[in-house]
Amino acid sequence: MSGAPTLALIALILGLALWIVLARETFAAVAGFIAYGLLLTLAWVGLSAVDVAMTEAAIGAGLTGALLIGAASRLRGGGYAEVRTRRGLAVRVLAIAASVSVTAVLVACLGMLPEPSPTLVPLVADNLAATGVGNPITAVLLAFRAMDTLLEAIVLLFALIAVWSLTPDAAWGQRPDISHDAHPQGVLAYVARVLPPIGIVIAVYILWVGADAPGGKFQGATILASMWLLVMMAGLARAPPVGSAALRAWLVAGPLVFVAIGLYGAWEADAFLAYPDGFAKPLIVVIEIALMPSLAVTLALLLAGAPRNAEAVP
Amino acid sequence: MNEMWLGYCAAGLIGIGLYGLIVNPQPLHKILAFNIIGTGVFLVCAVVARRGAALGMGGDPIPQALLITAIVVAFAASAVAVALLVRLFEVEGRTTLDEEDASTRTDRDGRGA
Repeated sequence: MSGAPTLALIALILGLALWIVLARETFAAVAGFIAYGLLLTLAWVGLSAVDVAMTEAAIGAGLTGALLIGAASRLRGGGYAEVRTRRGLAVRVLAIAASVSVTAVLVACLGMLPEPSPTLVPLVADNLAATGVGNPITAVLLAFRAMDTLLEAIVLLFALIAVWSLTPDAAWGQRPDISHDAHPQGVLAYVARVLPPIGIVIAVYILWVGADAPGGKFQGATILASMWLLVMMAGLARAPPVGSAALRAWLVAGPLVFVAIGLYGAWEADAFLAYPDGFAKPLIVVIEIALMPSLAVTLALLLAGAPRNAEAVP
Repeated sequence: MNEMWLGYCAAGLIGIGLYGLIVNPQPLHKILAFNIIGTGVFLVCAVVARRGAALGMGGDPIPQALLITAIVVAFAASAVAVALLVRLFEVEGRTTLDEEDASTRTDRDGRGA
């Protein structure tokens, strides 16, 4: 990407960000945020970060957008949109001063970045062959910095526990309800029948190709999660009750396999999450395949939120 | 120099998000503004990664991999924030954090969050 297209993209991104911040109508702001996320995807591609672009499109724009639209529609009933949205002039002037000075400091910092830039590319390139995977990002996520990925999977679990902790007492152990009152012969129900088989194939493909090309378990898991959410929103299937033992087993299976392989590394290769020589690629593939369903279930249930209707008996 | 322009764009995004975070009393708008700040920080990180490009790799894969982690964790944090907000709305029947809108309070120093 060069010259004019980059500047046009930057203008659009900044303009949309202003629109999101200044919009009075919550739905308009959220819609702007989804468009903003998709435009950012182009910026990531422009920075040669295709894996990040896919994650941003799937999670940053897609799942976060769906989450916020769901929240906006849930809050709409209570006069939410009519709340006065602006503060006094003094606060606004101070806020503008604060944001302009933060931006100025950041621009100055960017100007002081060292030249030539420090880089870990040579280290990654030297050790990539030992992992057996061709995509350096996957090698970083599952070999060089596997601990980060393990902790991230656990952070997602903790976030889900936090969301479930907000369940009203009367609704505990029941199903989160995200179904819309969709007509059983309507477009949503039709799409929810046609799309999931295709989506599942694409998700598995993205998982598999992630070893050597942009892709991987997070992107694949997000597609799986959205397919499941689509089916649940159309009312074709219900969300599992949060007390279900089977559901909890699905949630922890991926991280547990990851920890078990880490311990195997401690026993066999002298360090937690180290892989014995020649076994790196198969172990990485096992971790990815084990993590994807757990991540998909966690992401979908994070979006579905806590169960809230006390009258429905599971 | 392309990546530097995107870096300045990221600095602008952080500023815009900060303004929204301070000025808008609605929690859902605050979550949006916080996400804009987050994407700005990610973009700065990606510019640093891009500057580390060498040996045919388009960018330093270590910060890029951390960014994937960051985007996923940001989603999880937003989900927790939204769940808190929805619960607050169910219990209180209102969601603004603006003290002036809470009619029982009398202090007017207007701290929102």
